[in-house]
Amino acid sequence: MSDTHFKTAVIGDTASVSGFAALGLSVFCETDGAKISKLINRLAANDFAVIYITEPAAALAADTIKKYRSSRLPSIVLIPAIEGNTGDGMRALHEAVEKAVGSDILN
Amino acid sequence: MARLNVNPTRMELSKLKKKLVSAQRGHKLLKDKRDELMRQFMIMIKENRQLRAEVEAAIAEADRYMAVAGSVMQREALETALMLPKQEVELEVGVKNVMSVYIPVFSPKYRTSDTSDIYSYGTAFTSTDLDGAVNVLSDIFPKMIRLAEVEKACQLMADEIEKTRRRVNALEHIMIPDYQETIKYITMKLSENERSTTTSLMKVKDMVLKQSHNFT
Repeated sequence: MSDTHFKTAVIGDTASVSGFAALGLSVFCETDGAKISKLINRLAANDFAVIYITEPAAALAADTIKKYRSSRLPSIVLIPAIEGNTGDGMRALHEAVEKAVGSDILN
Repeated sequence: MARLNVNPTRMELSKLKKKLVSAQRGHKLLKDKRDELMRQFMIMIKENRQLRAEVEAAIAEADRYMAVAGSVMQREALETALMLPKQEVELEVGVKNVMSVYIPVFSPKYRTSDTSDIYSYGTAFTSTDLDGAVNVLSDIFPKMIRLAEVEKACQLMADEIEKTRRRVNALEHIMIPDYQETIKYITMKLSENERSTTTSLMKVKDMVLKQSHNFT
């Protein structure tokens, strides 16, 4: 597995993600929940190791993202959208701590 | 505590004793695994938190630049500028084993040798804010990759810690006490049987002696 080359994707609304295109990431502008879920499934099956997704887009496809939490690839990372930070990304971190430790010790 | 449903025989007793020993050894090992995983997890979480704060701040800055660029440039022009990227990133994915949790390790490979060669457009018709946005994103990108790695590691380790904790608790509070109680029960039963055999033998001896020698 280590010698295969993987790709990186960014999902979200046009304004938030277009900047990433310059870095050479695969950018997908999508704002419809069902389409985002489908897209994530498709990317996961097609050699995408890291998927950055804006927080509002992630909120629309929460179930699909949860599904990939326990699999090794892809790593789905929440990033803030252009409207501002909703704190969902940090919340996911707190959830992981709560799951492991039994209580949220970060606060 | 529930006693296991077994026959009180010596064979069961020795079987249970062996099981108890391996359960106790397993409990100790799993407990050590849990403690070490937890230590590593705390280090990861700390890094994750810091990286996330940095990445979120950088993306917010890039978004600010993008918002300004979007207001001074036409949308079409902006999209055209970013349409054909010069740079391309591929990830090499390795695996790291942390206490039997296999976490991915990403190492980015860039198409162009110069990682700062990112501007896919001429600067004549684009806003400088667009340059700023691209620049900020490009600077933070290695950290974003590391964030993806660490975040995945945290999720996988959290799952594993939860599983290990459940196993430790099941062994500590259910299996080991059950075995101990059953062993105690069988030992008691066996010694009770022994005592009863001894008393009946004594009784029989008395009877035989009485019959043969009229011995009282």
